Amino acid sequence: MELTLYHFLVLGAVLFCIGLYGAITKRNAIAVLMGIEIMLNAVNITMVGFSFFNSVPRYSTYLTGQIFAIFIITVAAAEAAVALAMIIAIYRKRNTVDVGEINVLKF
Amino acid sequence: MDLASVIFWIFAVILVAAALLVVSLRNIVHSALALIVVFAMAAAIYILLNAEFIAIVQILIYVGAVTILVLFALMLTRLSGLQITNPSNKLWWVAVIICALVGATIIYALTTSKHLIAATSNGASQLPPGINNVVRIGQLLYSPDAYSYVLPFEIASLVLLVAIVGAIVIGREE
Repeated sequence: MELTLYHFLVLGAVLFCIGLYGAITKRNAIAVLMGIEIMLNAVNITMVGFSFFNSVPRYSTYLTGQIFAIFIITVAAAEAAVALAMIIAIYRKRNTVDVGEINVLKF
Repeated sequence: MDLASVIFWIFAVILVAAALLVVSLRNIVHSALALIVVFAMAAAIYILLNAEFIAIVQILIYVGAVTILVLFALMLTRLSGLQITNPSNKLWWVAVIICALVGATIIYALTTSKHLIAATSNGASQLPPGINNVVRIGQLLYSPDAYSYVLPFEIASLVLLVAIVGAIVIGREE
């Protein structure tokens, strides 16, 4: 059995669902962030899979999926830094990281 | 089964198992360590797809930086006296149903797409001989005269700058 694009797309879909489950069920804010990182990784696997299995003639357009993956990684790193700084700031004021207890917008 | 399929299945099974561990373990530090395995296995999948540069960036940024950042945040927000540091909602079964529906929808859309995006593949990696993946990505990101992504690249650097400044401003002590 040869590898096809479906293998990678289904892998990305499964990983996306696991990340979604983590992001919407976890009560610890850092665990929610971990779920979001898994979702972004699933999208990256899909992008790189599309870039490998396309049949465009020019090599430069063949790499478009990988360029997308680079930008997704950039945004994910920025998002992780800002979100963790916010979690630490909230922890200092409220002494909790439970997203169920963080229920006001302004402290 | 050829060798690539065997390698793919090994990495995919470890990847999905580690992701399930991330969302199911009771101790959040263990979850963070399983997250390292997820990122490393994703890098292996990228190497399987001839994306060497993405694989290296994945190891450097995710395994090297993001996981360390998560572990630092865990250290700074230490919850003492709790046995379960990574609890789930009471409504977790609703989340299971929602996620199963989302996954089923995605896979249904993949298999029955009219545009047959997935069917255009021939599995060939069009790597011309003597062409380096990293060199080509560098040309695509930097060359200002040819078809390239110079402007999005500069905007990405601006996004990173704003994120760093924002993280410092938000996270500093008064």
